[in-house]
Amino acid sequence: MTFRIRPAMLKMAAAAWLLGATGAMADTTLEFTQWWEPELPAGSLRKIMDDFEAANPGIKVTLVSGPYATTRDQISVGAATGTLSDVVGLDGAWVNNLNAQNALADMNPMMDASKFDKAQVADIIKVDGKAVMFPVASFVYPVFVNLDLAAQAGVTKLPSTRAEFLEAAKKMTHADKNQYGWVLPLSLQTPSGVQNDMMSWVWASGQSMMANGKPDLEGKPVVDMLTFVKSLNDAGTVSPGIATKTEQEKVEEFVNDRVGMMIDSLAHVNLIRKRNPKLNFDLIPVPVVENYNGKRGLPYASWGIGISAGSKHQEEAWKLVQYLMSEKVNAKLVSLANAFPGNVNAKPDFVTSDKAFGKAFEIFKTGYLANEFTGLPVAEDLMTQFDVQAQKMLAGEQSPEQAAAAAQKGWMAKF
Amino acid sequence: MARQKRSHHRLKRAVAPYLYLSPSLLIIGLLMLLPMVTVISYSFQNSAVLRRDPSFAGLKHYQAIFADPVFWASLWHTLYFTCMSVVFHMTIGMIFALMLNSDRINPTLRNILRVLYILPWLFTAVIIAVIWRLLLEPNGVVNSILMQLGIIGSKIEWFSSPETALHAVTFANIWAGYPLFMVSLLAGLQGIPKDFYEAADIDGAKAYQKLIFITIPQLMPIIISISLLDFIWTMQVFPLIWITTGGGPIYSTEVLSTYTYKLAFSSYNLSQAAASAVVILLISLGLTLFYIRYQKAR
Repeated sequence: MTFRIRPAMLKMAAAAWLLGATGAMADTTLEFTQWWEPELPAGSLRKIMDDFEAANPGIKVTLVSGPYATTRDQISVGAATGTLSDVVGLDGAWVNNLNAQNALADMNPMMDASKFDKAQVADIIKVDGKAVMFPVASFVYPVFVNLDLAAQAGVTKLPSTRAEFLEAAKKMTHADKNQYGWVLPLSLQTPSGVQNDMMSWVWASGQSMMANGKPDLEGKPVVDMLTFVKSLNDAGTVSPGIATKTEQEKVEEFVNDRVGMMIDSLAHVNLIRKRNPKLNFDLIPVPVVENYNGKRGLPYASWGIGISAGSKHQEEAWKLVQYLMSEKVNAKLVSLANAFPGNVNAKPDFVTSDKAFGKAFEIFKTGYLANEFTGLPVAEDLMTQFDVQAQKMLAGEQSPEQAAAAAQKGWMAKF
Repeated sequence: MARQKRSHHRLKRAVAPYLYLSPSLLIIGLLMLLPMVTVISYSFQNSAVLRRDPSFAGLKHYQAIFADPVFWASLWHTLYFTCMSVVFHMTIGMIFALMLNSDRINPTLRNILRVLYILPWLFTAVIIAVIWRLLLEPNGVVNSILMQLGIIGSKIEWFSSPETALHAVTFANIWAGYPLFMVSLLAGLQGIPKDFYEAADIDGAKAYQKLIFITIPQLMPIIISISLLDFIWTMQVFPLIWITTGGGPIYSTEVLSTYTYKLAFSSYNLSQAAASAVVILLISLGLTLFYIRYQKAR
């Protein structure tokens, strides 16, 4: 009896092993490094990956997640050592450096081979003609206005132009009560204030800080913006402590009724409501120069995605990128993140259920995404250099023209 | 045969100490020497870390940082920050140690003061930075008190003004670091024989004479040792400055550590950052050698 069962058992075991082994051999495991998972509700990104795996048998996805800064360092080192994950979460500010290291794959041939509809994506980030990143989710930066402070100051019409903004800021400022019209965070620790709170004025009016692919900081748009920011500061409307203020402090001041207006990420709406449920605020587009009627550029930060040039599974990686950029999945992901979609057809659910998000979505729909730091070399360093010159200008050490000229010189050295 | 055995035995005896030392030598080699040698090698490469095949750069990166005025400003700020911190750490530490060692203060009050004075030591650099940012912000408690007392007429942006920022971060560091001196000097004070003071009393010495001719000479070995160590540690302070000012406004609080950090993680110029790190290493090494020589001389 025992003698007869043993071969049968052995055969079954061998068959099971063979099945398992072939199954394992057929499976491709993609590594996906990003900072999104910790910022999304627990388990939600894994659930999206599980759905992708179910829709694409034979492909497994391993998520490598960490905070933003850690992910940035990990990706830089991975690019240098050739150990970059198959799929990587990207910030637009990193792509130039990564491209210089030949670390990112060109997605143009993949798009062509799969007949990918390019019109469905909000933007394709290109460096040297190579399509290296898609913004999956965008966090736009409108102006937040404290409606109670505006009403108390007699601001009945929310500002639409720079002149109106200056007037409103002046009216809302009561330095004796520690109350100011605007807040400008220019800490050198995180110089993103240059992008979000300064250059956003340029982009809002459809202008540019670049000309022919080179910096044009001495051009009228940037000099005018610096002059405008200086006039706000000279009028005493900017909350003090500019040179060391961080984005978190900016939000705290707004939450605590200490500033009337701020340019900030839409991602902070829920945080603001949580910190001060009674705060009565509205969102408006960044005001423009006088007589400008064109489309408004909307500053944004994004969760971008790209594929490693060294990946052995680029075909499978492209499937994952397509999946995340598809209408339904993209809508699901951005709904979880309170962000705006990378797929123009996707409509996140919060825009219908929440008035503030709905309004911001309208601003988003009528404008266009604008962030010229995306794809620039050492973007953070450029911001730091501009930040230092802006600080000198606000300290009265130089004029807007001199600040622009000094920043231009520093930037050109990096190009 | 016997000679062979003897020589084998002698070899074993000679090798044995090295075998005992080998685990610690291995750890020191892996955790200290290897990173140091790697950073030094990066400073002589082009595009270190960022390229798989970096080329030899010679002294290019050293020349670049020595030609950068911000580097020299950082060096000057580092020296100011360090010297002021060490001098005030020592002065405040000495005053508090004398206070806690004095029989004239009620023992209960002395115990309470002992706990209070040591408090800054218990906080991490991040907490200290946050506390001082809150206290010294333009609408903070310090400005409010100073204005109420009529000492200042308008709000001062302590960390945001180029005129005050370096003094403000130095002040925060002084507050954070004096307990080390206080505790060390207190231990030293308790070790000074009472006979010295009794003999001085018989000779009619006044309090300040006892301080100058007995206390300070007796504490001198501790003062020099701790000062040198404090100098080395303070020179490398990073989180406190980074969190309070980020090296700004403009470059007014840029020190060697923040300068190096920005080169590495803002400019991604890891080769120049390595060169800057080597300069810090050399300065620290010089001070360490001085410290070791002093310890040996004792």
